[in-house]
Amino acid sequence: MRDLSLHILDLAENSVRARATLVRIGVKADEKRLITLTIADDGCGMSPELLRTVMSPFGTTRTTRKVGLGIPLMAQNARLTGGDIAIESQEGKGTTFTATLHGDSIDCLPLGDLAGTVASLVTLHPDGPDFVLECSSPKGSMCFDSREVRAALGGVPLNEPEVAAWMLDSIREELEPIFGGVIL
Amino acid sequence: MKSLAELEAIRQRTLERINLRREDESTNIRVVIGMATCGIAAGARPVMMAFMDEINKRGLKEVTVSQTGCIGMCRLEPMVDVYLPGKEKVTYVHMTPEKVGRVVAEHIVNGRPVTEYTIGAAEDK
Repeated sequence: MRDLSLHILDLAENSVRARATLVRIGVKADEKRLITLTIADDGCGMSPELLRTVMSPFGTTRTTRKVGLGIPLMAQNARLTGGDIAIESQEGKGTTFTATLHGDSIDCLPLGDLAGTVASLVTLHPDGPDFVLECSSPKGSMCFDSREVRAALGGVPLNEPEVAAWMLDSIREELEPIFGGVIL
Repeated sequence: MKSLAELEAIRQRTLERINLRREDESTNIRVVIGMATCGIAAGARPVMMAFMDEINKRGLKEVTVSQTGCIGMCRLEPMVDVYLPGKEKVTYVHMTPEKVGRVVAEHIVNGRPVTEYTIGAAEDK
């Protein structure tokens, strides 16, 4: 993965597959440039046995192949910066994925197009789950909630190209003062 | 500043044509993009966004963009399937945002697949 936004896109798809109705994506950067990524869902959750296997590249629920690389790749990129990942999961309640990265590290990936990630997620899953994006840095904070967009649109599906363009511009505009186009 | 009020305008503009589309499923064109870990890592998101952008710019009303998982040909990602009503599926491989313009213009609008981008052309090499 070339940047953090692509990791977020990939990991949020796990939440979709867990039949979540709401996925909360958080990106926070503090004064010490410690970056915390969270993806929290209310999906089916994982049993302790499954939870132990997902950290391994050879653990997957997929039946077409024997590897699943989404979480191991994120773990590798977090650890390269001196950070780590953590997964909390309760069957029937949901899963919270957390990655911490040190933005000072030369190995820290750039944030990438976070607006593109969230707009893509909403566009590709017009019938749900809903997505919330919460971002903060010492420069400010923002929140995007696809439920508000859904409510404002009435019966218009969220994958209308015009709606996708609106979401992309709207999220980009709100992120700009917080991360200044980049995370640091 | 983008506001939710703009969504209301979009809603009014699009509601009517969505109802028209629902009544006539036979003209629906589907674009399906592989968005598993392999697809995303290979650049599927910019390709998907380029499709949305091009469809929006051209005002194409009967095209829907959706996603699929990994189909086991990760080395050919980003892959895109295009379904035209009454025609066989066409699979494009190694897609880039730059290639999207031609696929939309020649295949989706004019019904002629861009043969050189398809899986058939890639496998012959």
